[in-house]
Amino acid sequence: MTELQILTEAFLQALATGLQVGAIYGLMCVGLAMIFGIMRVINFAQGDFMMLGMFTALFFFSMVTQAIFGPYVGPYVAVTLAAPVMFGVGYLIHMTLISGVTGSRTAKLEGDGHYAQLILTLGISLILQNGAMMLFGPQLVSIRTPLSSKAVEIGPLWGEWVTVFINQGRGIAAIISVIVIVCLSVMITRSRLGKSLRAAADNPDASIYMGIDVNNAHRIAFALGTMITAIAGGLLATNYPFHPFVGVEFVIIMYAGVVLGGVGSILGAFWGGMAIGLVQQLSTLVLPTQLQNAAIFVVFLLIVTLRPQGLFGRVSERT
Amino acid sequence: MTILRSLLPVFIIAAVYFVAAMMVTNSYHQLLLTLVLVWACFGLAWNMLSGYTGLISFGHAAFFGLGAYATVLAQINFGISPIIMIPASGVIGAIAGILIGMPTFRLRGHYFALAMLAYPLALVYVFDWLGYQEVTFPLMRENAAWFMQFSDRRVYTAIALVMLLTFMIITRLVERSRFGMSLIAIKQNEAAAEAAGINTLEWKLKAIALSGAMASMTGAFYSIVLLVVTPQSVFGMLVSAQALTVAMFGGVGTVWGPVIGAAFIIPVGDILHAELGSSFPGIQGVILGMAIVLVILVAPEGVFWKVRDYLARRKAKRDGISDQPDAAAEASLATTAFEIAQKTTIPAKRTISDEIILDVRNISKSFGGLKAVEDVSFEVRRGMILGIIGPNGAGKTTLFNLLNGFIKPDQGNVFVKGTDMVGKRPHALAAARVGRTFQVMRPFMRMTVAQNVKVGAYVHAKSETHAEQLAEEAVHRVGLSAIEDQLASTLTTKQLRLMELGRALAGQPEILLLDETLAGLGHSEVGDVVDAIRSLADEGVTIVIIEHTMQAMVRLVDQFLVLDHGEVLVQGDPQAVTKDRRVVEAYLGKKWSENA
Repeated sequence: MTELQILTEAFLQALATGLQVGAIYGLMCVGLAMIFGIMRVINFAQGDFMMLGMFTALFFFSMVTQAIFGPYVGPYVAVTLAAPVMFGVGYLIHMTLISGVTGSRTAKLEGDGHYAQLILTLGISLILQNGAMMLFGPQLVSIRTPLSSKAVEIGPLWGEWVTVFINQGRGIAAIISVIVIVCLSVMITRSRLGKSLRAAADNPDASIYMGIDVNNAHRIAFALGTMITAIAGGLLATNYPFHPFVGVEFVIIMYAGVVLGGVGSILGAFWGGMAIGLVQQLSTLVLPTQLQNAAIFVVFLLIVTLRPQGLFGRVSERT
Repeated sequence: MTILRSLLPVFIIAAVYFVAAMMVTNSYHQLLLTLVLVWACFGLAWNMLSGYTGLISFGHAAFFGLGAYATVLAQINFGISPIIMIPASGVIGAIAGILIGMPTFRLRGHYFALAMLAYPLALVYVFDWLGYQEVTFPLMRENAAWFMQFSDRRVYTAIALVMLLTFMIITRLVERSRFGMSLIAIKQNEAAAEAAGINTLEWKLKAIALSGAMASMTGAFYSIVLLVVTPQSVFGMLVSAQALTVAMFGGVGTVWGPVIGAAFIIPVGDILHAELGSSFPGIQGVILGMAIVLVILVAPEGVFWKVRDYLARRKAKRDGISDQPDAAAEASLATTAFEIAQKTTIPAKRTISDEIILDVRNISKSFGGLKAVEDVSFEVRRGMILGIIGPNGAGKTTLFNLLNGFIKPDQGNVFVKGTDMVGKRPHALAAARVGRTFQVMRPFMRMTVAQNVKVGAYVHAKSETHAEQLAEEAVHRVGLSAIEDQLASTLTTKQLRLMELGRALAGQPEILLLDETLAGLGHSEVGDVVDAIRSLADEGVTIVIIEHTMQAMVRLVDQFLVLDHGEVLVQGDPQAVTKDRRVVEAYLGKKWSENA
């Protein structure tokens, strides 16, 4: 095996892992894009919604679905069960807390209420993190499925060498992520609900005159965003050990993805998340693994500093 | 001296606190008394940047942690005492502040907050990777005092108290000076602050340097008190949240806020942690979170302001003062305006000199494919009033933004009194005596009229008193003397327009760029403002004014410049322009064409 072959194999492996992880990150980012990109609500607790999705899925898995569906199908049924629960959580949080600092009430607050949202959701984030620690303890857990220790071999691609392994757990999670995103974009572009969501996001005032219940539309968008990120969390949990404080790292990943894809674009957020996944995995080729996430933070800083409007967006400020 | 006198209650409270702390013997309570002061210091550090400039930082743990690690590593590796390292940490923090601020200040609002979060989180990984998962101060048997290892824990409380008092005095000094005024102006409206001659980037960098230094020194001291430093305990999310929480809870943008917040939140959180921490780990974070949520929903600006507003309202009720604007003030305002009008009913012969004060040559700017301003050239002579007209989207405001530095042109030059000013920032143009008002009004809503105008005066003021004097003069010139102590948020549109004019005037401009100053005014009000503008011109100020109401302009300006689709259609005196066929047909429309 030559030097070049070793390099190629490492590169292809990182690329394959990056694409799978990227698909899950992409789904996560789409959840945030519903909340931040479309409703312009800054949600700091998004990472903790994901963490909550992980624990909820774990709860269903260990209590119900593992026994009924077994360790292969069980995890995915558990994620499916967790989704409506997280929709409800998002709906309630918006109703009781977030609506106090969004919409028409932000006019009097500084920075259109963005500061209030940031700080309020920081508070929610602290409650969720520490609350989860009180309930579940600080140790690492995961949804255990034999799939995550099985891999599909592709290759040898170059003579007898260069084989790429695709982790089955991660691969299935990536495929489900893509399916969810396709369903979501069909729902948003085709259905009546999706149209009213987009209208309420685009121009709240005009939507009110058109008879759309904007408050309700925002609430549903927030709940959907919570749910989608939680689904991504549940899928990630099948191949990624987690603990109550896992959210903080992912908040940055999510914002990086959304900003990279261009604020306001759902599909953009998916590609943004994909790009972040690739950066994270490819950075392992040159950086020590401990600095993987530090690399993402640096990329995030570079994106917001150099191109805050994202790769596709445009900025304009009126004076 | 007045600063120290204003802090008299602080000194009294500090003395009481000191005596109480000296009587406490329980070592846990002693630690708590020290930590309240430490977090109050950290809150004040955060407040210096985020409280006054309004740029919320989620990353003050970066400074805090750098100070802590610098102190512990310096003692382990070089045997340097914390007594030296605490001030040295201040220097490190200031440098880190400038290094972080330079790229990050390009961002606004939530992007700034998120970007700030990334710094300490990245540092957690870096320090983990460097192998500093847990660093402990070596115990010093000899020279313990020199290494600040006191067996009597009360000494730490005393040192923390001195540190807090110093920080409070610094904060108050900043608050009462041009420094603080500039920061508050930036918080309320950054673009207006820049146009009023404040070098916003420079002041923000000074603020983050000072804030970083304070945070870093606090971190250094904290590490000595606890003796152990881990990445999570100094760079972690909870550390940044702590600064934000104590300041937000107590009140943002005041010297009292972080102190009140720390005095309440730290003991409550810590006692809960001590009582319930073993059975409910994380209870402290939950309480902290709940405090934040509650404060934001009930008193978004913090306890201090809530109480102050409440007391002010009660006092007003007792004194029987209503919120109605003072009738007498209103009347005197009318008279002043009337006087100005009187003075100018006979148009004074303005002298328009031959000196070209503003020379714009071939200036162009496009946004993507849209050519907003294309190859525009014109000259303005000293003393004249030039009206720039054109339909919406003709590029008028963009042209102003190019002239005073908000946007950099793709090509072309702008000569002010013979010096090319292209590429200079707005505050530099204000210093070169080019003033500017905005189409969308940009008052500093929480400041009084006099303070608003004073912000504009700093650019040429030699001292505080000089600034006040210039401001008073400017307020008088626009006829707002009677209401100079009212908050800007209580003014009418006309008064706000005049106040913005006053703010621009306070910078002693030779050229004034007025962007749709008459927009949103009633018919009679237009007359008042037009008169005020004319009287300024009579005093020798050169004026360039954008407008699309033709009528008011015809009797005001010496020359018109007509823009359409970013290009100059024609420049000339009002009669000629209004009769120009191209202008009449292409811009003014059929109605004017028939009248002509």
